[in-house]
Amino acid sequence: MIEYILGHINYWFIIAVMMVGLYTLISRANLIKKLAGLAIFQTAVILFYVSLGKVTGGTVPIVDEAYTLYSNPLPQVLMLTAIVVGVATTALGFALVIRIKEAYNTIEEDAIFTLDQKDHE
Amino acid sequence: MSLMLNLVLLVFLLVMAIAVLKTKHLFAMAMLFGLYSLLVAGLFVVLDAPDVAFTEAAVGTGISTVLMLVTLASIKDGHEAVSSTKRKIGPLIICLVMGGLLIFGTHDIAKLGEIHSPPNDQVAAYYITQGQAETGVPNLVTAVLASYRGFDTLGEVTVVLTAGIGVLLLLGQRRKIHVKKRGQTHDDQ
Repeated sequence: MIEYILGHINYWFIIAVMMVGLYTLISRANLIKKLAGLAIFQTAVILFYVSLGKVTGGTVPIVDEAYTLYSNPLPQVLMLTAIVVGVATTALGFALVIRIKEAYNTIEEDAIFTLDQKDHE
Repeated sequence: MSLMLNLVLLVFLLVMAIAVLKTKHLFAMAMLFGLYSLLVAGLFVVLDAPDVAFTEAAVGTGISTVLMLVTLASIKDGHEAVSSTKRKIGPLIICLVMGGLLIFGTHDIAKLGEIHSPPNDQVAAYYITQGQAETGVPNLVTAVLASYRGFDTLGEVTVVLTAGIGVLLLLGQRRKIHVKKRGQTHDDQ
């Protein structure tokens, strides 16, 4: 039982961080805070993938004659791509926030919604 | 030892994520977010992924935080309005249910550091044994990134290019409007 918990507690913490990010994303009306929540959610997913490739007693996946046991390089490669793509999308999100601020003069979702409602009437 | 370090960093990470959620001051939030990314980079080092740690430290801690600060500076609004309580209960239930389901899902995953788990036994084992001989690069992450999965990296570059074009289109137009507005107000005066 203790062995099971010690083996999985790492994943549970990562899921907790992931859910804090998701909660920030859904519950806060401020657009910048939403993007921060999205970024936290994303980093937690990346962390989860990298932790799947960890091997106990293994070393960094750089081949050397002194070592025989290496951690898994594949999740690391995929997540390297994911980090860069994530920042690109975040940058696009921030650019949109700047435009929204100019158009509506607010970055609170509720206020933007009320302004849109007024436009329709 | 490694697990202890891992857990301490994860607890800090959770505290940072909650701090980002709770703080009302957006500049403080940007700094806390930078700190969060730095802790993630530290965790990557513990998890034997220095290449990912470099990228996270440079891109996540550096560029993301700078982008957030630039956005805050250009919108000139450092405070978050108080959210209504109505939109807090529904999301909380969604997050708790989803978190519970995900934790239930980890039941079948091999425990952290297991050598013979599905992700480590398949193609990764081939990369580790044959990677250097086939590509001539001792760093297996680089070997897979640039050689075995070169098209993935090409796709990544395409995404970054598209995002860059998007940002330019969104903000490039803005400068023209800005200049026009200034000219108009100048004429009015």
